[in-house]
Amino acid sequence: MSAFSLAGETSAPGRGLALLRATGPAGIASAAVLAAVVIAAVFGPLLAPYDPNLPNLSLAWVGPVGGHLLGYDFEGRDVASRLLAGAQTAMLGPLAVVTISVPAGTLLAVTAAWRRGASDAVISSGLNILFAFPGILLALLAAAVFGASLLAAVLALSAAYTPYVARVLRSAALKERSEPYVAALEVQGAPAASICLRHLIPNIAPLIAAQATILFGYAIVDLAAISYLGLGVQPPTANWGVMISENQAGLLEGYPLPALAPGVCIVIVVIAVNVLGERLFEQAQAARR
Amino acid sequence: MLLATLLVASFVIFAALYLAPGNAIAALSGGRSLPPGSEQVLEQRYHLNESFLAQYWYWLLNALHGNLGISITLRENVSTLIASRIWTTAGLVLYASVIILVLGIGLGIVSGLRRGALDTSTLVVTAVSASIPAFVAAIALILLFAVKLGWFPALGNGTGLVSNIRHFTLPAIALATASLAIVARVTRTAVRTESDREHVQTAVSRGIPARYVIWRHILRNAAIPITTITGITVASLIAVAAVVEVAFSLNGLGAYLVQAAETKDIAVVQGISLVLVTAFVVVNLLVDLLYAVLDPRVALGSGPG
Repeated sequence: MSAFSLAGETSAPGRGLALLRATGPAGIASAAVLAAVVIAAVFGPLLAPYDPNLPNLSLAWVGPVGGHLLGYDFEGRDVASRLLAGAQTAMLGPLAVVTISVPAGTLLAVTAAWRRGASDAVISSGLNILFAFPGILLALLAAAVFGASLLAAVLALSAAYTPYVARVLRSAALKERSEPYVAALEVQGAPAASICLRHLIPNIAPLIAAQATILFGYAIVDLAAISYLGLGVQPPTANWGVMISENQAGLLEGYPLPALAPGVCIVIVVIAVNVLGERLFEQAQAARR
Repeated sequence: MLLATLLVASFVIFAALYLAPGNAIAALSGGRSLPPGSEQVLEQRYHLNESFLAQYWYWLLNALHGNLGISITLRENVSTLIASRIWTTAGLVLYASVIILVLGIGLGIVSGLRRGALDTSTLVVTAVSASIPAFVAAIALILLFAVKLGWFPALGNGTGLVSNIRHFTLPAIALATASLAIVARVTRTAVRTESDREHVQTAVSRGIPARYVIWRHILRNAAIPITTITGITVASLIAVAAVVEVAFSLNGLGAYLVQAAETKDIAVVQGISLVLVTAFVVVNLLVDLLYAVLDPRVALGSGPG
């Protein structure tokens, strides 16, 4: 705890719980859905009742029977097991994107707001140029350069999302920079890095959390889309986007379940993330007024 | 600013693919061994023996003259290949934009003006549809309207205007689904905020006709946030169109870019990326110009950006 710690500041986990409680029933329900998917992501391969990657062509397109709740896919693999195993790449990829783009965007935003002047101008115009590349386009470029892989897609999306984080946080950091407490700390001789790390960034933390959640939702959709296009996660690895693509032929042949089920999973997770992100953002905005 | 952004973007596109691992001569010959002397011919034709900056300069000059090089896999002019596919993508994006403008803004205005059941159901429906990715919408639409009901074809471009419109309807809806919901929600909030403001309440209490209040006081002021979100979402369609084109087997630029990225057809990837980034930047510029029309207080090219 810092010597400058103010009354009313609680510990980080305590604040996180309070923040979640303030999001209301819809926010808590969304957090519960996400917790379930995270459990599937961590323990999915153990929870899966059958081997998600074991094909059996004689069972291709067979519908739900016995212990196989969702039936078999185009290669006769258990769809439910592949859904559970697919949660891993569905959550890990977006997590990596957020872990890279949010700190990078925060660093750029706080640096621009703190130094202002030339640094701000350079950072802002650099970000404006990055804005000219939509995330999916940058990911396609990365696939052409580095070859198709989840890593290439993650790096491309991280670069594409950084300006979005930086743009929102820069204006919040500028406002925070002009608060009297910052000037007071500067007069006391506190180093800039310590003021930023201990006071400025914690004060905009709710906004950072909201941004991270919103971008997590975008990343789920974009990464699934890239894997659907065949330029992200590579088969036979179970992934929701890959599953839609490899089972799409079943739609026209009367076996829609193996393609529909991963689509439903994506939509449910994205709804949960969006609802949570929206609530967190409203909380952050309300707290700033 | 527009030109500077495009120049840097073109440099990034060229540099990224220049740095791509792999030997240019091997890529050009498709891995076959070449007769002696032809390597030198290829080096000269593609300026391979010159510096990186010189190569970029030749590429940019050629691109400005409409020459984007030759596709390695199809052995055809990239510009010709792009020209034959650009209208599929443009038509798809335009069709989806019309759906977003009419339904998204319309729904947002109606639910922003009237509280009640319609407003609540709009909120719930848009919360769900904002979370449906284009390719998930695509498979749901194919299943329902092409396979079960048979109203629309599932795949392909079609020939002739009527057939084109029929073939493009499901892709356009798939492309519009999420954006439409986002535009509707932002429009609703903007209209609601404006109609709660004091001058609007005063105008209503003075008995000024509702139609006049809505046009003059509510929509005029709500137009700025509506334009912002519509511009952002319509611009983003340009990239997402690739996913929809693949889902519906449409013969567009995006689907071609995906195929070129798989086969590492560098000239095609560069050419299409350049066209898409240019379109993206131009749409954003048009939105900026629209601000000045909608709000005379916005002065172009000055003030804090």
